[in-house]
Amino acid sequence: MNLPAVLPVLIVATSLLVGLIIFALPEQRTGLRSTLNLTGAVVKLALVILMLWGVFHGQHYQSELPLVPGIDLVLRIDPISLLFVTLSSVLWLLTTIYAIGYLEGSPHRSRFFGFFSLCVAATAGVALSGNLITFLLFYELLTLATYPLVVHRGSEVARRAGQVYLAYTLGGGALLLIGIVWLYSLTGDVTFTLGGLGDSLQGQSRPALIMIFALLIAGLGVKAALVPFHSWLPQAMVAPAPVSALLHAVAVVKAGAFGIVLVLYEIFGIEFAAELGVTTPLTVLAAITIIYGSLRALSQDDLKRRLAFSTVSQVSYIALGVTILGPVAIVGGLVHLVHQGLMKVTLFFCAGNLAETLGIHKISDMDGVGRRMPWTMSAFTLSALGMIGVPPLAGFITKWYLGLGALQAEQGWVLLVLIGSSLLNAAYFLPVLQRAWFREPVGDWPRERHFGRKETAWLLLLPPLVTTAMAVGAGLFAAMPISPLQWVQFIVEGEGFIP
Amino acid sequence: MEAVLNSNWILLPVIVPLFGALLGFLIPGWVRFIGLITVVISATAVLLLGNQLLGEASVQHTVGGWDAPLGIVLHADGLSLLMLGITAAVFVAVSVHASDYFALPQVRHFWPLWLMLLGALNALFVSGDIFNLYVTLELMTLAAVALTALGDEPDALAGAMRYLLASLLGSVVYLLGVAFLYHQFGTLDITLLGERAEPVPALWLAAGLMFAGLMLKTALFPLHFWLPSAHASAPAPVSAILSALVIKATFYMLLRLWFEIFAPFTGGMFVAIAGALGALAILWGSVQALRQPRLKLLIAYSTVAQVGYLFVGFALAVASNSTVVWGAVLMLVLSHALAKAAMFLAAGNLLHFARHDRIADLDCLAQRLPLSVAAFGLAGVSIMGLPPSGGFTAKWLLLQAAFEQGRWEMLAVLIIGGLLAAAYIFRVLGHAFTPGSELSHTPPIIALRRGWPALLLALAAVLLGLLTTVVLDVLAIGNPVQLVGGAG
Amino acid sequence: MNSFFIYSLTGAGLFVLGLYALIVHAHLLRKILAINVMSSGVFLLLVALARHSGEPAAADPVLQAMVITGIVVAVSATALALVLMLKLHSATGQTQLHDDSGE
Repeated sequence: MNLPAVLPVLIVATSLLVGLIIFALPEQRTGLRSTLNLTGAVVKLALVILMLWGVFHGQHYQSELPLVPGIDLVLRIDPISLLFVTLSSVLWLLTTIYAIGYLEGSPHRSRFFGFFSLCVAATAGVALSGNLITFLLFYELLTLATYPLVVHRGSEVARRAGQVYLAYTLGGGALLLIGIVWLYSLTGDVTFTLGGLGDSLQGQSRPALIMIFALLIAGLGVKAALVPFHSWLPQAMVAPAPVSALLHAVAVVKAGAFGIVLVLYEIFGIEFAAELGVTTPLTVLAAITIIYGSLRALSQDDLKRRLAFSTVSQVSYIALGVTILGPVAIVGGLVHLVHQGLMKVTLFFCAGNLAETLGIHKISDMDGVGRRMPWTMSAFTLSALGMIGVPPLAGFITKWYLGLGALQAEQGWVLLVLIGSSLLNAAYFLPVLQRAWFREPVGDWPRERHFGRKETAWLLLLPPLVTTAMAVGAGLFAAMPISPLQWVQFIVEGEGFIP
Repeated sequence: MEAVLNSNWILLPVIVPLFGALLGFLIPGWVRFIGLITVVISATAVLLLGNQLLGEASVQHTVGGWDAPLGIVLHADGLSLLMLGITAAVFVAVSVHASDYFALPQVRHFWPLWLMLLGALNALFVSGDIFNLYVTLELMTLAAVALTALGDEPDALAGAMRYLLASLLGSVVYLLGVAFLYHQFGTLDITLLGERAEPVPALWLAAGLMFAGLMLKTALFPLHFWLPSAHASAPAPVSAILSALVIKATFYMLLRLWFEIFAPFTGGMFVAIAGALGALAILWGSVQALRQPRLKLLIAYSTVAQVGYLFVGFALAVASNSTVVWGAVLMLVLSHALAKAAMFLAAGNLLHFARHDRIADLDCLAQRLPLSVAAFGLAGVSIMGLPPSGGFTAKWLLLQAAFEQGRWEMLAVLIIGGLLAAAYIFRVLGHAFTPGSELSHTPPIIALRRGWPALLLALAAVLLGLLTTVVLDVLAIGNPVQLVGGAG
Repeated sequence: MNSFFIYSLTGAGLFVLGLYALIVHAHLLRKILAINVMSSGVFLLLVALARHSGEPAAADPVLQAMVITGIVVAVSATALALVLMLKLHSATGQTQLHDDSGE
């Protein structure tokens, strides 16, 4: 067997296969389903590690299948896709553990876990895709696989949220499709190439290229929740907590952000994009999104909605970083792909724990919850502080590099955006922490469940603790060779990423 | 084995179903068994014919040794093979579903008519002259109308009646065109007509009449008025075949006549009209589908929209004059056949289960009928044109052609049509997840052989996109796609 | 004006007449008759063409074969249409199609 040619397919196929088998399982086979889920997640992680090892030794992985004349479906690995696929498979394992605990005893779990697995398969496909067509395939698959998760509760609100979600994401997919076809009919090439397509773009008409760029970014911006395409995200909050974690940290939003990175660096090439004059508008849009999301988060009383607007804001750090020309800012943007994922997944796990254990959904009900659930709230606190950018946590590393990069690129105004956003982050996270730790509990919790001497089920507690530890580690040990920061620096300094 | 593979298989897909139909009439007790066996044998014969075509590029057969003009000449190439293949595949799947659908006494009428329809379709796809096409067309129509009316409900009878009248009108108009062609060029054989054709008024008149008749039978907007009532009121397996194959047969004739005879002479005007009507059909059909209160009507209007895609594809392919774009049109035909058959079967299961098909009251079906809802959703993926379905690769190639020709309005229509399709499909799927109320009756158990055919057809539609290059290769057999001005 | 033109013009006239009747009349029996008139028009035209395009003495056998086949087809179609009409009548009491397709 030719391992380099099948490994990328296997990575996508493990979760796909698990999903299909789970669909076929009867509802009550809980044990078998959990085993399958975890096995799938572990096997996938093992495959990714195998591939990491191979890439480290200079192995090249690529699988192809002809689709239409001139275009193949390509799955391949390059440093940046490796980063994303590693992130998603690690977080999938943790989210699966969490979801098993979270959904215990609730109906329709076969359906839920089936689509959950499909969703992760799609994310892996997005990460590994070697050209825009393949990217589009998995991007749309992601939309379809997440829809049943968003409407999982089956309520009328969920159905509406699902409709809004689809209207935005399928609309975005259509824009993306137009952009890709247009690009292909101009250049005949939509392969992701380090440094951009280069020569085949040079001779083309500039207005057309600018339009294509706008279409692609708009299509991706919907999933990345760039303003004004963001309003599906807070509505999608009706979904169960593991889904929110998945949407915000691993899959949907990240796929959009990751796509923006690919379009900038592996289709247009950052220097050519800057020459076209399309990067600055995107920087400005990202900055607006950062501030707007934070402002909206301030006024939300629903905890998950506040976190959702926080995501709108935080994901745009990635877009902000990668549009500023210069290696330092790019490092800041890319590393936030990982940092935001770790921190946000923790926050959603914790929010889910509060809702599952105590029935708390609103921030105004959180008085004194730190005493009832110290571990959960500690994880929450560390991640929230990380989001604000308190040194030496992960968010600080991001903001430091973004700020430094902006100064290097002589775009001092970005610094103001960063400071303003950090202040706003503090303004919407600190009151939550203050309530949780420094206020007295007011009477009973809305709907409390007891778990003996533990504060909650261990399946619910373990994942947020692990992700917090990773987020803290990513900040504390940023200088260690295997930290996300070093990895990203390795990617950026590697050959060809920046021309 | 060698001898078996090397004989001429073109006759069998025509004869076997007709023979089976007769046998079914004669031995009513065994009719279901005869029906299923016949469909399978016919499909096998198509496979063998395919194998033969791979070696010989094109297959001819003169029935009874009588040559043209008096005799009947059968002819098969890559285009015929694709149509025969899709017919065989859809028929096998839908027949499995139908074997559980009909009870006595309907079952005795159903199978003979069903096999008659299969025989007529197969004969149509291998007919080599324009009058034979007319005869097979009529045979197909009569069988299809009778099948539509099988349910005996007033809706179905009215739908069948409207369908019959529209179809007969289409046929007679087509026949008038045949008369003009024969008078002018003295032959009915398509290939000979292609050689003798020259730009004279009779040719244009004939082209106008034949295309108008065929467009009526293909239900191109605004000639689609008969389609929704017929397709929505027929029994589920019949609806599936009507939407999947019967309207495609007339579209196939249109393509065949275009390639062989009319392409060099009929200019931009006709193509522009066909394209514009197609675009309107996409928009009108999709919007109507969005507004329908009942599931089967929604699917029927979706067919109206999808017919529009065929003609938009036709216009783009003529203008681009490239085999790849014609391949895209064929991909549309094939993927819609699979997807729409799956949708109608799934809708039939929902209807049987809930005893109604009002979309707003279709609650909770994702739990109760997972197979059928999955089939509907997957088929929807192809109808919406999302990757990797056949609908996607076709749309991709057409979008590319639209860009190259600067046809921005077609581009917009193709994209908007896809979004509207998503809107009407998720309108249904959204309800499938709501918890809903208890049913007022004890719901029947839907047999697996009603669920699985739908799911497999839908799956095939979604995966068909990965076979796009194979479809293009098959289409090249015998070079049926004749481009204007030689190779391209 | 030779007999060919008389026949073919009559044929064309019947075709147009039938088409007109098919559109304006609502009663199903009239519609069915109208289609039959249209078919007869086409058959007449074919017969005329057979005389015209063949040898002066003998008519073209292909066209005559076509007419015979066409008549057979038309008879079966008419039979089916009549049965459908009767069934519709006994099921609903109607002899017309209502425009209920929502357009």
